[in-house]
This record gives sequence, C-alpha cells and structure tokens, in this order.
Amino acid sequence: MNAISAEGELRILQGNQACALGAVAAGCRFYAGYPITPSSEIAEQMARELPKVGGVFIQMEDEIASMGAVLGASMGGVKAMTATSGPGFSLKQENLGYAALAEVPCVVANVMRGGPSTGMPTRPSQGDVMQARWGTHGDHPIVVVAPASVTEVYFETVRAFNLAERLRVPVVVVFDEVIGHLLETVRLPAPGTLELVDRPWAEGSPANFRPYAETPDLVPPMARPGDGYRAHTTGLTHADTGFPTQDPAVVERMLQRLLGKLDHHRALIERAEQVATDDAEILVVAYGITARAARRAVALARARGVKAGLFRPITLWPFPETAFRAAAAHASGLLVAEMNAGQLVLEIERLVGGAKPVSRLGRIDGEPIVPAQLLAMIERMASGGETAAAGRQA
Amino acid sequence: MTAMTKIDDRFDVRSWLREALFPHFLCPGCGHGIALRALVWAFHDAGIARDRLAIVSGIGCSGRIGAYIDTNTFHVTHGRPLAYATGLKLARPDLEVVVITGDGDCLAIGGNHLIHACRRNIDLTCVMLNNEIYGMTGGQVSPTTAEDRWTTTTPAGNIEPAFDACRLAEAAGAGLVGREMTLHLPALRDLLVEGLMHPGFSFIEVISDCTEIYGRKNDLGLPAEMMLCQTGSLRPDVYTSTVDQPFRPNRLRTGVLARSDRPGYLARISRVSDR
Repeated sequence: MNAISAEGELRILQGNQACALGAVAAGCRFYAGYPITPSSEIAEQMARELPKVGGVFIQMEDEIASMGAVLGASMGGVKAMTATSGPGFSLKQENLGYAALAEVPCVVANVMRGGPSTGMPTRPSQGDVMQARWGTHGDHPIVVVAPASVTEVYFETVRAFNLAERLRVPVVVVFDEVIGHLLETVRLPAPGTLELVDRPWAEGSPANFRPYAETPDLVPPMARPGDGYRAHTTGLTHADTGFPTQDPAVVERMLQRLLGKLDHHRALIERAEQVATDDAEILVVAYGITARAARRAVALARARGVKAGLFRPITLWPFPETAFRAAAAHASGLLVAEMNAGQLVLEIERLVGGAKPVSRLGRIDGEPIVPAQLLAMIERMASGGETAAAGRQA
Repeated sequence: MTAMTKIDDRFDVRSWLREALFPHFLCPGCGHGIALRALVWAFHDAGIARDRLAIVSGIGCSGRIGAYIDTNTFHVTHGRPLAYATGLKLARPDLEVVVITGDGDCLAIGGNHLIHACRRNIDLTCVMLNNEIYGMTGGQVSPTTAEDRWTTTTPAGNIEPAFDACRLAEAAGAGLVGREMTLHLPALRDLLVEGLMHPGFSFIEVISDCTEIYGRKNDLGLPAEMMLCQTGSLRPDVYTSTVDQPFRPNRLRTGVLARSDRPGYLARISRVSDR
C-alpha cells in the first residue's frame, strides 16, 4: 500500500527495512554483510535496493570480511555500511577500531538480541550498549545512536551516515530485535528533501598534502584514491603524514585530536527527546523500545498525580550530558530502565555523581520491559519506598 | 637470461619508491626487498599508472613493504587485506587493486578470505610473500613452515605439514595461479605482470627467505645459500645437475601453474543490475 503525497511516500515497513531504505536514501552505495538473526532483513533489503541505484551488495564469507569490505569501499570513496547482531558485532570490533584510528567513515547497524554468546537470537535485548562504546581495544572515538521507532530507524540511519561522513568516524546504529521486526507506518521524505553530508575531500595540490593535518574542526580532508594524492592509510599510530610514528609528542597530539573530535562536535552529534521533564520529580531514563514503555508509564503516572518525566537519549555515545543535566535538575530520583543487567545506568550514576538516588529496572529474560513494571516502580519511588539499592533488580 | 626476461632500461625503481621512508626496516638478507623491486618493476612493465593503483596489505613483514611504494597504499588489519581489497575493488573498479600479504596473514588468520576470493574470482592480484615464518613477531611457526623445522613455538621441531598455497588457490577457483622465487628476479617480474594482466583473481606465491629469524636458526646458511637451497627445492628440473640432487616430483613447481578463463566477479556483477 503505497501512497504518494507532497510529503513523500507512505509505507508500512519493518525496522530492519527502514534501516536499509534510510541507508540508500543517505547515499549508501555499498553493503557487505553476513546472515545473522535478527538483522538479516537489512541485508536482504539491501540486496534488492542497491542494484537499482548503481550500488553493490555482496554477501561476504564472514562477519569480519564484511566489516573489512565496508572499510575498503569507504576508503575508495563510497558510502558503505554493514549490519549484524550480537556475535557478529563482537567479530566486527577489531575493524571498527581500524575505522576509528584511520578515520574511515562507516555505518554499522547492530540489531540487539539476547546474549552473551549465541544467547537468544530471536529475543530482544539492549545488552550491547557498552560494547558499542568500548568494544574495540584502545581509546577511540565512536558514535552510537539508538532509535526507538521504525520511522526513527530510517532517519537515524540517514543521520548516522551524515555523522560518519562529516566526522570521519564509525557510527553504530543500535536497536533491539523488537524495533527491528516491528511493522509501523513510515512517511518517507519526499525525494530530494533529505539533507545529505559528504566527507571533507582533499582538494588542491597533492604536493605536501598531509592526510591527517590538524584542521580547525579537527576533521582532516580525506584523499580519494585516483585523485593524485597517493596517500598512505594505516592502522598503526601515524603522524599527520599518514606514516607510522612512535614519537611520543606526535602520538599524543594525534590521539588527542582523534579523541577531541567528538567533543568538538557534540552539538552536532547529541540528540535526546524529553517528555514532561520541566517539573519532573521522578525522571525515567530509557532508550529504544524500552523508552516507549516508559513514555506510557510516565503518562499513567501523571494521570495518578505523580510528576514523572522521560529523558530519552537518541544519541547514546557520546551521551547527551548537557540536556540530561537540565532534564534532571528538579528530579528527586532517577529511574534507568534498560533490557540488560545495568549498562547505561553506569553513565547516569557518573553524571549524577551521588547527588540523587538512581534506581534501575533491568530485564534479561528475553522479554521487553512493559509499562506496568515501570509504573509500579515510579509509584514506589514517589512514595519514598524505593531506594537505589532496592531498585536493583534484573 | 632467457628471451622473456628482457630488461627495460627505462625502468627507474627509485621513481616508484617513497625514498623519504628509507632506509627500509627489513633485515639484511631478507628476500622481501627483492619482491618489492619485482613488484614495482612489474607495475612499470604492465603499464599501470600509479595514481590508478591501490595496494592493500596486511600485517607482518610483508604488510609493511606496501608503504614504500609511491601509490595509494592501505595497510589494514591482520589477515584481512583481501576483504578490504574486495570492498575497494567493487566500489572502485577503475582502480588496479593489488594485495600484498604473507604466509601467516594469507593462509592462517586470513585463510577464509583467500579461498573465497579465489571462489569469487574477484578481480584482484594477490601477492603472497612466503618466508615460512612469522618474522615480525620473532619467528613462530607458520602454515608454510616445513616439517621438522625449529621455530620459537616448535622447539622440538615442527610436527605440522605445510600448505601448498598454489594448489589451495587453484582448487578454490583462482583464475591464475603462479609461483616464483626472489632469486629469479626477472622471472618473478614476468610472473607478476601475467598476474596483473589477468582478469579475475590472480594468486602469486613469492618464495622469499627469512635468514635472520628462520634460516639462521635452522642452519640454512647465509642469504645466498638459503636462496640456493630454496632453488633446489623449487626448481629441481633446472638445478638438479648443478646441486647434485635427484629429481623429486613432489617438489614445488614454479611459473604459471594454473590458468582459467572463468569470468571474473566484475564481469558477473554487471548482470545483477540488468535483471
């Protein structure tokens, strides 16, 4: 059932399909993947869509090869992505580190399933949000976004490409299996209305070109092979020439720029939604499908006279700190709800710094958190019956 | 010198190198420097414009020689250069993409990518420098280390048989398979040119020598002696009379070992968008 209007096409889509369509709309023209539940529909959709727009789809021999091929395509100058889940995401980590250090734009969708190990392939989880931030070794920049609806999967995938290109960083789009397989109506943007961003390309004379020169915005222009720059790209720690170095002063400066890149562009990266936070005394923090249960619970609590609010980070990493601090300003207590044994709550506790009680509602049985669980917890907190310690259930 | 090994006087090796990075990091006696020279010579002879060339290399001694070539060079993760190169070639079919890898990089950690690159017959030239050892990490056993050899991780001698990488590549479907040794520089250059000119996947095994980390520990002699020893193993048909060694039919062969006209991946992928 497709309807065309001035606003764009209306489609009933699954989250995984929306991810693929968003990627193509963002200019993705290369996809390499490996079958894995519950993300396989992204690969299947890309296999159908990319040939229509002159792009290339390839199913690689394994998860590692998929990530490698994506980076190879991106180093060739083409917007590229892969998608995976749980075990596959673990296998992507080394090459995600290469992308972070060599500053190769790429997008990875990780449809979260129950873990650890093979876990529960068809069950939802939010157990990878720390891995998404810290999965590869060494200090490194990475952006992680967590959409909470099919429409948002589409637009956050577009934004993921824009951020990856603009900042030359890997961007991970994490959503749980529920969002991945949820069917919702999506109003696609009218053709030509999306704002699309390309990475900064090297221009001018190749003589004395420095592939990792320190620019005011901390994002060096990238040399496109074939344009005459003949640059060297390596996963070794390198000087601004692109060639390896272990000179302490040069290494320090390069890594500080690399890590400072995201801080410098926080305003561009951070995104969060706030519901009834102006006067919220109980502030719920939730993302992905859990945030939708939280939104309902907050509405029910308000109807019962409890001043509850919702802070929903859409960007998980770097965490939208400024918006969070403002939202939490009047809260007497916080409740972090997530489908894991306590991951993002650690970041919230760090930001709160012990100034307020932080309770937690976790769930690791393969079922999503439901509004009734959250409402009961909010009411207990409002009546003073809930402490941080008592709230620790998973 | 045979007729096919004519030397082109116009070839200027230094014009192909990033001389600012010299002296290079290779040990004295290492065959990889000869392989480097053969490679750039082959690029020259094959008429490849260096702005249209991309080299993707992995980790290890082999992976480091790419950086010395003045072209688009990508030094990627251990074992994965074929995966990166596959993405690069599919995204940019206008580039000539050459992979430089080693026996550990290509046959151990990256073995899966090798067999699937062969199966796809993806339009790349893969040059595997085989020195039978993990040299950069200090001399551990590799998938091509001969049996009984001493390495730091086989102190009682290697009990595992070695891969014949060329037979593996041929069986997996590579379009062109060849082997040559660093002692025969012009022949190596000619083989590399054949690989570069062949559409589809070309797999070239270059028998190199690691005298410092491997040969020295196994009494294989000085670099020249070690090369002659390899030659005796590789070209019994040529060298049996001079080294007084009986012909052994199971010894490794050199030159172009397999060639097929099976269409390369790029020729087949164009059919997808036509459907």
